[in-house]
Amino acid sequence: MNAFVADRAPAPVEDAGERELLLRVDNVSLAFGGVKAITDISFDIRKGEIRAIIGPNGAGKTSMLNVINGFYHPQEGTITWQGKVRRKMKPYEAASQGIARTFQNVALFKGMTTLDNIMSGRSLKMHRNFFWQLLWRGPAEREEIAHRRKVEDIIDFLEIQAIRKTPVGRLPYGLQKRVELGRALAMEPELLLLDEPMAGMNLEEKEDMSRFIIDVNQEFGTTIALIEHDMGVVMDLSDRVVVLDYGKKIADGPPEEVQASQAVIDAYLGVSH
Amino acid sequence: MFYREAGQFKTSYKADQALFPILQDRIGIAAILLIAFVAIPLFASDFFLTSIMIPFLVFALAAIGLNVLTGYCGQLSLGTGAFMGVGAYAAYKLTTAFPDANVIVMVLLSGVFSAAIGAVFGLPSLRIKGLYLAVTTLAAQFFLEWCFIRIPWLYNDNASGAIEVPRREMFGFIVTGAEALPITRYFVVLCITAGIAYLMANVLRGRIGRSWMMIRDMDIAAELMGVRPLQTKLMAFAVSSYICGVAGAMMVFFWLNAAEPSSYSIRLSFQILFMVILGGLGSLGGAFMGAAFIWILPVLLKFVPGMLGMDIAAETVEHATFMIVGALIIFFLIVEPHGFARLWQIAKQKLRVWPFPY
Repeated sequence: MNAFVADRAPAPVEDAGERELLLRVDNVSLAFGGVKAITDISFDIRKGEIRAIIGPNGAGKTSMLNVINGFYHPQEGTITWQGKVRRKMKPYEAASQGIARTFQNVALFKGMTTLDNIMSGRSLKMHRNFFWQLLWRGPAEREEIAHRRKVEDIIDFLEIQAIRKTPVGRLPYGLQKRVELGRALAMEPELLLLDEPMAGMNLEEKEDMSRFIIDVNQEFGTTIALIEHDMGVVMDLSDRVVVLDYGKKIADGPPEEVQASQAVIDAYLGVSH
Repeated sequence: MFYREAGQFKTSYKADQALFPILQDRIGIAAILLIAFVAIPLFASDFFLTSIMIPFLVFALAAIGLNVLTGYCGQLSLGTGAFMGVGAYAAYKLTTAFPDANVIVMVLLSGVFSAAIGAVFGLPSLRIKGLYLAVTTLAAQFFLEWCFIRIPWLYNDNASGAIEVPRREMFGFIVTGAEALPITRYFVVLCITAGIAYLMANVLRGRIGRSWMMIRDMDIAAELMGVRPLQTKLMAFAVSSYICGVAGAMMVFFWLNAAEPSSYSIRLSFQILFMVILGGLGSLGGAFMGAAFIWILPVLLKFVPGMLGMDIAAETVEHATFMIVGALIIFFLIVEPHGFARLWQIAKQKLRVWPFPY
């Protein structure tokens, strides 16, 4: 167990339904002109759990994540984050309050190295102003080194030491996804939103990524909300699953319960209306 | 073989994050500084200093300024010439208003004015991106040029409409004005350019430099990581315009001695932009290489016929120079669209494994 892991207390294992509330979404609706992306959805995310959001294509899963981290502003409904009710929020406010995320199509900073990409996740925690940065020697350098230590712990954790100085544009897709996870982890988030972390990966990469997600959740105690299409992964990893279809919630509960739900089976297999 | 970092182990993050972590680079930069500070002043002629080195350093500084904005923060700007002009006029106003103040302090202070104006013209960058932003900065270029012509206060109601640099002394040396020695001017320009280049290298490797590059590479992700787009972009505009302003002030104070509004026309903006693109976007070394290519090469080319003993009319040489430089620009952009900085990186990689291909 490396220093990054040891720094943070493991989450106590309890029943998912009993844990403290971290985020609650109440009656949220989001429309783009006439297109209703999300209609009247309510669900909650509890501290320390892995919460999966699933549904067929176009169900509104990514829109839901964008609402949570402030990129879209819903027309109706409220979001309660750590006890505070809010209607809308700027993305950087969400970031500074501990919501980090990864993207469905990798959104790394292509011109920067792996190390700089993960360091960029520390932006909010670094405070030396422009004039200290000009000098570099002294406070700015000490701050940079302190954060470099944390970043190196994440690099060790994700086993990407060899590509530290490689520009991310040159990395294969699987590693890019891993660097993106590292960048989100560098923010030390309360809530980590993962948008299809396993899309386009082969079996081995999926196994690695699943292991990292479980480790992040169990060792760091980070709450995770996850969108994923690989049902095997979703059912194995998540504590609770919410299912969306055409912007509406059709099921919510533990994996086994959701799997047995007739509405979910209909949504995935199709049914004649 | 020649450029191999094998065996140079780093035992601390401090050493790993140094500006030049590799020994060969440190030797190289020491050699360049030695040439610039010792060899050139000792051996160079006045012509070499005034016509080649001083303008080269001024343009290199302006290219660093534009590189901060375009290369590092990804905001295309065509207003460089005007921002340089703001620096020049501000320095002129300052030094005529306070004749006893140190002229170098005034030159460095003039950048503050262009930084403020640059930040104002950077406001549209929150909504407008890419080529469209370039067009809005074009507005800055035309508006400010108009100010330089139409506001007589800026050139102290001078009948010629131009600004003429007064004679100023520092520590017993004449630094500006027609009587200033080329060698004195050269040292002032060299110190300012090298100093600002070093300070910018510090900013660019830290948090602020990273936040600019985050905005450049993926602005949505940057925002979700907690970077505020408006503040970050405006800061890039301000820092970039500060550097361009100082370069513009140095251009008239230590090189031209006098300047008209047309000295800071769109032509200058394009010249600086070409230096940045040709040198390499997002590279400080590239700014120097681009400035050398665009400024020094044409000057040297003009001497080639004379050295070869060919008797060609001056205009023909001039035209031939234009054509050769133009052809070379196209050639280099085809060979390596990322500029000289990338070519240099590739060369380093080849040197590392030489004599083997990989």
